[in-house]
Amino acid sequence: MKSSVITFPGSNCDRDMDVALKKFGFNNKMVWHNDNELPKSDLVVLPGGFSYGDYLRCGSVASKSKIMNSVINFANSGGLVMGICNGFQILVETGLVPGVLLRNKYLEFICKNVFVKVDNKNNPYFKNLDKEILELHIAHNEGNYFCTDDQLKEIEDNNQIAIYYSNENGQTDDKDNPNGSTKNIAGIFNKQKNVLGMMPHPERMIDKCLSGDDGSLFFKNLFKNIK
Amino acid sequence: MTKVNEQIALDHGLKKDEFKKICELLKRIPNITELGIFSAMWNEHCSYKSSRLHLKKLPTKGTKVIQGPGENAGVIDIDDGDAIVFKIESHNHPSFIEPYQGAATGVGGIMRDVFTMGARPIANLNSIHFGSPQNKKTKNLLRGVVHGIGGYGNCIGVPTVAGQTSFDSSYNGNILVNAMTLGLVRKDKIFYSKAAGLNKPVIYVGSKTGRDGIHGASMASASFDEKIEEKKPTVQVGDPFTEKLLLEACLELMSGDSVIAIQDMGAAGLTSSSIEMASKGNLGIEINLNKVPCRESKMTPYEIMLSESQERMLIILENGKEDLAKKIFDKWNLDFSVIGKTTDTKNIELYFDKEQVAKIPINTLVENSPMYDRKWKKAKLPKKNKIKKETINKLKIKEVLKKILSHPNVCSKDWIWQQYDHTVMGDTIQKPGGDSGVVRVHGTNKAVAASVDSSAVYCWAHPLTGGKQVVCESWRNLISVGATPIAITNCLNFGSPENEENMGEFVECVEGIGEACEYLKFPVVSGNVSFYNQTKEVGIKPTPSIGGVGLIKDYTQMITMDFKETDNLVLVIGKTEGHMDQTLFARSILDEKNGPPPEINLFNEKNNGETLLQLIKNNLIKSAHDVSLGGIITAVSKMCIKGNKGVEFNKSKFYISDIEYLFSEDQGRYIIEIDTVDLKKVTNILEKNSVHYDKLGKIIDNYMIVNHKTKVTIDELKSYNTTWLNSYMRS
Repeated sequence: MKSSVITFPGSNCDRDMDVALKKFGFNNKMVWHNDNELPKSDLVVLPGGFSYGDYLRCGSVASKSKIMNSVINFANSGGLVMGICNGFQILVETGLVPGVLLRNKYLEFICKNVFVKVDNKNNPYFKNLDKEILELHIAHNEGNYFCTDDQLKEIEDNNQIAIYYSNENGQTDDKDNPNGSTKNIAGIFNKQKNVLGMMPHPERMIDKCLSGDDGSLFFKNLFKNIK
Repeated sequence: MTKVNEQIALDHGLKKDEFKKICELLKRIPNITELGIFSAMWNEHCSYKSSRLHLKKLPTKGTKVIQGPGENAGVIDIDDGDAIVFKIESHNHPSFIEPYQGAATGVGGIMRDVFTMGARPIANLNSIHFGSPQNKKTKNLLRGVVHGIGGYGNCIGVPTVAGQTSFDSSYNGNILVNAMTLGLVRKDKIFYSKAAGLNKPVIYVGSKTGRDGIHGASMASASFDEKIEEKKPTVQVGDPFTEKLLLEACLELMSGDSVIAIQDMGAAGLTSSSIEMASKGNLGIEINLNKVPCRESKMTPYEIMLSESQERMLIILENGKEDLAKKIFDKWNLDFSVIGKTTDTKNIELYFDKEQVAKIPINTLVENSPMYDRKWKKAKLPKKNKIKKETINKLKIKEVLKKILSHPNVCSKDWIWQQYDHTVMGDTIQKPGGDSGVVRVHGTNKAVAASVDSSAVYCWAHPLTGGKQVVCESWRNLISVGATPIAITNCLNFGSPENEENMGEFVECVEGIGEACEYLKFPVVSGNVSFYNQTKEVGIKPTPSIGGVGLIKDYTQMITMDFKETDNLVLVIGKTEGHMDQTLFARSILDEKNGPPPEINLFNEKNNGETLLQLIKNNLIKSAHDVSLGGIITAVSKMCIKGNKGVEFNKSKFYISDIEYLFSEDQGRYIIEIDTVDLKKVTNILEKNSVHYDKLGKIIDNYMIVNHKTKVTIDELKSYNTTWLNSYMRS
């Protein structure tokens, strides 16, 4: 299985993602933002970080990088593209997934473990995952997902919500919403479900001695699904 | 050009006799650019003129020390060809004027000091001190500083893994922001700032030079007064994005063999970086200031030399490597300019518009800089207070505990560290809130532990004892997580050295630090001094911050403080004599501010710590936590909160009262959790090493039961501990 992680100026979870993908069997390549062509890939990952220093708007400058033409074409032809954290912000800016990411409710950066409820398993990312509630880690300043009512209706009609912030039992109350996201949305698909954007970092949860191990389940399952 | 006279020199913060000395050394009156350079090199911040004499006494050598003080940062050996580069630095003055940028650039500056040496930063820490919570400035300063630290560190992608926050009215007019960074480097790829070779190209890389931060280092070498707002332009503005690019570009360049020497442009910018590199190499340096990339038009040589614009580096390259280096910096979209060369003149010579604008022998700026033997006053050990038994016996333990656990200096600091990315890089195995932050050495079985500590109250009460205590606390925090302590970095925050009492506090704290470091074989490898932490005549409490670093050879043996298992036993290592003076209990419950701090017995400290390490290495310890502020019951409460477990205390059989036993702050103590079946093995080792221990109780569910009158639920403990800071910041 071949994967590619794009490095933008200011990406800072690119190495962590590389480590995680390799740990679970991917043959991963790092791709520079200024390259024209993606190498042959089964999965493309836009990693977390502060691409272009978050200047202008998070993800906006990166979404216009040279390599993104190739990433967008890859996504539009059905290729798997996953954006984590800043990668999610970039995806939103390209329009590959709907909505926007605003500043967190309390205008503060949040770094902590959260529970997410996996809502939709009818897609290559979560298919066959034998757990509904995962403990993952968030670290962001702009993760407050927002969309219009019309968009929300469309998203819900198309089953595009991937994961919700929840408590450990899977309830999605307001008090389990760390950043003010609409409907506790933590991750979302495009219509075809080949593009996934999510705020939590599974790559930081790949060893018991780290913040947790549920990221391992996610990657193992993803690898199996692609294979 | 402005003609220099004595008044202008005084306006630059130089003293009359210092100006006289400059004229004698040059055998003429300096021009304005030269005067600016002298004032930048001779201020307290850069020259250490009041502290040098005393810092010399600190132990700086050891079998694990690769580089001691005098470089951008200290370096220690952590085996297998790996080394850790680390340092702590203050950014107090700028943070009080402009908290966000002050704190942010403090973090940026210390990270540059570390990656300048070829090391990739792997962990950040900080020690921040604010005025009383009731002071109207405190909340905004705290918010600004936390946002600034997070804003910079999070963006670079280096985890902030530990820290310390305290509140004390002595910081009302002068907050403290000390930032520390650890970096990882291969032992054979360490870079230094010593220039070597003639006619080597001098390269400027990074951000452009602007008019920000001019005379920042001089600002940091003076007291504040009512004109503080006017100093805002001396605060630098940080751009963490550029620093991230600079980090990657520099490490890429340093992976090859083009770099002879490299130095970041920190305090006093281009002036100190160029002069220090030349001075260490015993060379001269020639710079064409027209080649320096400038952000603003018509900048004068004076401004270019004194700007403290951030995210800039000066590099001396091997001849012929310019193109290769330029390619790397182009890739990362950073400025790159050959601005000069090394010479054999031993002068710094500056050219601008084809004219020589400065020529100064380098030794006059460095070796001949002033050094003062300031007058200082020895502190007396205060008399012990007699605390009335009746007063103490009237108190209810539960109520006292509630006050102590919710005290600003004890309460949980979640609100702060959740705003710092502490998990990026995927190697953080102990998060903030424990005794030390711990990160794995990427791709190995090793881990590095780091903590930062200070005890201003003890240092204020008796500087010599306080100085020793802070080092011991750092040592204990490393041991509590199972790390073997290796070395420290120190950030010495004091009032004015021109005040005999403040200078005395400095001298005696340094003496205490030195004595403890010597005894514990815990040398000082880097650090910085920050004087003039005062507004008008009132100085802060003496606050040396100690950043300790230790090694865990096998990270699966790391210890955390959360109680693990019901029915396990809880022991106290170290003797509880009931020292109450200067404890949090005495100060906040009895409102008694006099008396000596707890005594330090270095023999016990070393013996207790080493014995605990031995127990840990034998896999006999389930959890551990050192006893510090708030005494035994505070330490135990935190272990209960973290582990969601309770404790039932044994019936006390001590000659001191329960309150004294629970809240006194005797030193050299730890709480440990062990399995019942290991009791004999543990006590054998403790007894063999003559370590005093008490059997405190056993772990139960849901409650902390101290005696038949005092029963507290874990939820109550949590709410005492976690409520204050959140409600303070959200109100």
